[in-house]
Amino acid sequence: MARHHITATINGDETEFSCHTHQTLLDVLRTELNLTGTKNGCDTGDCGACTVIVNGCAVNACLVLGAELEGATVETIEGMSDGKKLHPLQQKFLDHAALQCGVCTPGFLNMAKALLEKNPDPTETEVRYGLAGNLCRCTGYDKIVRAVLDAAKEMRANGS
Amino acid sequence: MNEDSKKRLGTNYQWIGKSTPRYDGMDKVTGRARYGDDMVLPNMLHAKILRSPHAHAKILKIDTSKAMALKGVKAVVTGADIPDHPPAKPPYPPIVVDYHDISRNVLAKEKVLYHGHAVAAVAATSEAIAKEALKLIEVDYDVLKPVLDPIEAAQPDAPLLHDDQFTYIGGEEVSKKPSNLFRSVVKEKGDLEKGFAEADVILEREFSSQPVHQGYIEPQATIVMANEDDGVEMWTTTQGHFVIRNYCAKLLNMDISKIKVTASEIGGGFGGKNNVYGEPVAIRLSQMTGRPVRITLTRKELFLGTGPTVGSRSRVKIGAKKDGTITAAEGEIWYQAGAFKGSPVGRALNTFFSPYNIEHVKTVAHDVCVNRPKVAAYRAPGAPMACFAAEGVINDLAKELGMDPIDLRLKNAAPEGYETVAGPKHGPNGLIEVLEQVKNSDHYKSKLKENQGRGFALGYWLHGGGLSSVAAHLLADGTVSVATGNPDIGGSRSSMRVMAAEELGIDVEQIIPSVGDTATLGYSHLTAGSRTTFATGWAVVNAVREIIEKMRGLAAKIWEIDVDDVTWEAGHAVATKSGKVERLSIKQLAAKAMPMVGPIAGHSEINAGGAGPAFCAELVDVEVDPETGFTSPKRFTVALDAGRAISPDYVEGQMQGGAVQGIGWALNEEYFYDDEAKLQNPSFLDYRMPVASDVPMIDTIIVEVPNPNHPYGVRGVGEPPLVPAPAAVANAVENAIGLSMSDLPLSPPKILKAIEATK
Repeated sequence: MARHHITATINGDETEFSCHTHQTLLDVLRTELNLTGTKNGCDTGDCGACTVIVNGCAVNACLVLGAELEGATVETIEGMSDGKKLHPLQQKFLDHAALQCGVCTPGFLNMAKALLEKNPDPTETEVRYGLAGNLCRCTGYDKIVRAVLDAAKEMRANGS
Repeated sequence: MNEDSKKRLGTNYQWIGKSTPRYDGMDKVTGRARYGDDMVLPNMLHAKILRSPHAHAKILKIDTSKAMALKGVKAVVTGADIPDHPPAKPPYPPIVVDYHDISRNVLAKEKVLYHGHAVAAVAATSEAIAKEALKLIEVDYDVLKPVLDPIEAAQPDAPLLHDDQFTYIGGEEVSKKPSNLFRSVVKEKGDLEKGFAEADVILEREFSSQPVHQGYIEPQATIVMANEDDGVEMWTTTQGHFVIRNYCAKLLNMDISKIKVTASEIGGGFGGKNNVYGEPVAIRLSQMTGRPVRITLTRKELFLGTGPTVGSRSRVKIGAKKDGTITAAEGEIWYQAGAFKGSPVGRALNTFFSPYNIEHVKTVAHDVCVNRPKVAAYRAPGAPMACFAAEGVINDLAKELGMDPIDLRLKNAAPEGYETVAGPKHGPNGLIEVLEQVKNSDHYKSKLKENQGRGFALGYWLHGGGLSSVAAHLLADGTVSVATGNPDIGGSRSSMRVMAAEELGIDVEQIIPSVGDTATLGYSHLTAGSRTTFATGWAVVNAVREIIEKMRGLAAKIWEIDVDDVTWEAGHAVATKSGKVERLSIKQLAAKAMPMVGPIAGHSEINAGGAGPAFCAELVDVEVDPETGFTSPKRFTVALDAGRAISPDYVEGQMQGGAVQGIGWALNEEYFYDDEAKLQNPSFLDYRMPVASDVPMIDTIIVEVPNPNHPYGVRGVGEPPLVPAPAAVANAVENAIGLSMSDLPLSPPKILKAIEATK
């Protein structure tokens, strides 16, 4: 089977990869690029664990084909911190104990990041609906929602 | 109360009870944490499992030749490749581990017993080829009639799953005719008839609940490398890598010394990762090919072939005097074990009525096989269903007598020393405190709005202890590494770190916790039963104390005084020598250890007993839309006796997570089967777990009545918050719509039907 040759910007770096037509972005990230921070919880777009940001939109990486990514900009959990300082959302997830097993955390962080870019001052209800595509079985969501609200507050105060 | 707990009570801790940085947090928010499926080995093969399309059938023939002929396929295994084992023999312990059953659940032999039962597996050079090969395996089935309901399955004319299973009641085989009913267990005390005769009011009601999946977000994933010397290395996501090692060795007739298991980071388990599924299959495929093999289950496979917890049918009868004194209580529950015996019947017996001081009690639980996946543990296995039934009737009683539901429970609360029907006596506990705290909460005093109802329930759980091994080492820079044999599923590395830092009197950042593999530590039982902070934490305290003793010895040597004259205070050896107070920090001692006495370490291997009971009270408000039957939880308060909250943030997290799992169980989660017992909703889209917009904030009240049997008073906190949650939510729905609702889940169609039936 012929493979597609794709050039995309992944976490700021121009990245070339090749993939079969059937390979999803999730598969490409995990198996072709070894970016295993993006998690596979269901592979059917129902759990949000593979949420990444493509061209500014939060998407389930399991519902996008790798071959669609020519010229696209992709942000994954590996690129969220600058390597020295955590993104405010990452820091607030730690401060609020907003994770337990942590397997849903990368997806929640990306979804929350995309949410706050669109709506920097969400209500609790808006956060809950904004994150409703992401499943967490450990926390009951309480601390996640608090962490996102607190991060939003800090990001507004810092103008970031 | 032992001296340790006495000493600790009322004192201010440096680290315990404080918010401390989560040890594994940084790796988890940056995507660096490595879970089961994140490991890759060179030359690795990918394995896939073929699953039965039928719920009940004889396997007549399996032809794997076409699959084997496909380019890229390296091995195919069937049930014939897994050694057979004789059935477990009576007397049966409370939890039966039967390798005859487990081997057949891993890969079916004579029959398939549920839709999705594993039949064969393929290892190939890519996942796509492995999937393709599954389609080429030809299986001839003789399809049989299935049965799903536990009471129907226990009837003499029901379709029979196992022709070599006979019923045991009270440890005695009662019939030579094979049956789906594996056993009935009974516990009783007093004289039930006399108790009911003393009652002014007798209430009785039947209930049912559905199997629910643990719903962990990370699917099972295992990577195995079989080596030329017959050794096997495994990396897997599990709640107990020592247990997985032992299961695999037994199933495959291997020595345990030949299998080394490393636990990956674990993405949730809730009891669902206590068992083996693909692990022994991956070992076999790796042995056959001489190459590493990875097997990762899909979400669909998780619903078809793993978990869930038992579904139940139950009946509870309670008698009471007009003043609310309960005189007698009887509970009976039918658990459907799935394809193989093993329902958590023992836990049911003691969950029904253990919060209450009742003289005459009888509890009965039945373990019945049906054509569903073999049950697995799920957070307080066997307890929420029995609690749902018992608390439902207790709430009916409060209504009948016109009593406040919490007052009714306070009136009947079992005192310390009370002997439960199954035997264990209540040690010191926070039962009264959790009830009073909820009663005094703002939530309890708040007013409800239209279409809203308030529910309350009380849950009991007897925590686990058991086998734990810990090794601690003093490093040359004065830090201390602490390795345990328990996978960290809910923050245990952080809690171990807190306890070690507290003992040593040093900063938490100076403790380096880790999870050791099966080759480095002694046996450690599962991270399950809310046992880890209690049992493994106790071993950590022991190991660290050994290091302190050795450091005191070193200081004595340096100062040339008797070791008894050296004390350990706040991270320092301290002594008074020639009228002058001398101090050596852990850092100074660590630097001198190597040249003077050699490496300093401590270890502890224990079988921890005395975890004791925990009580959890839950109050919930829901709003039911009378036009759609949709229920929205509006407010939820959890009060739990934690004994001692080592890390209160994580204790709250356990309380909140348990509560929301209970909301899902009560309102929505269920498996849908068609007429042929085939599962219709094996996905997160159609098996609907709660999402963020379904639930409110979960308020928490941590009560601390220290457990006298733990150095810091720990009880364990993971399981109790789920026990009363379905009961509390169901009670709230009943109060919102003014109708009795006895069959979980209380999904919108069911509620709507009940409302419309009254019109």
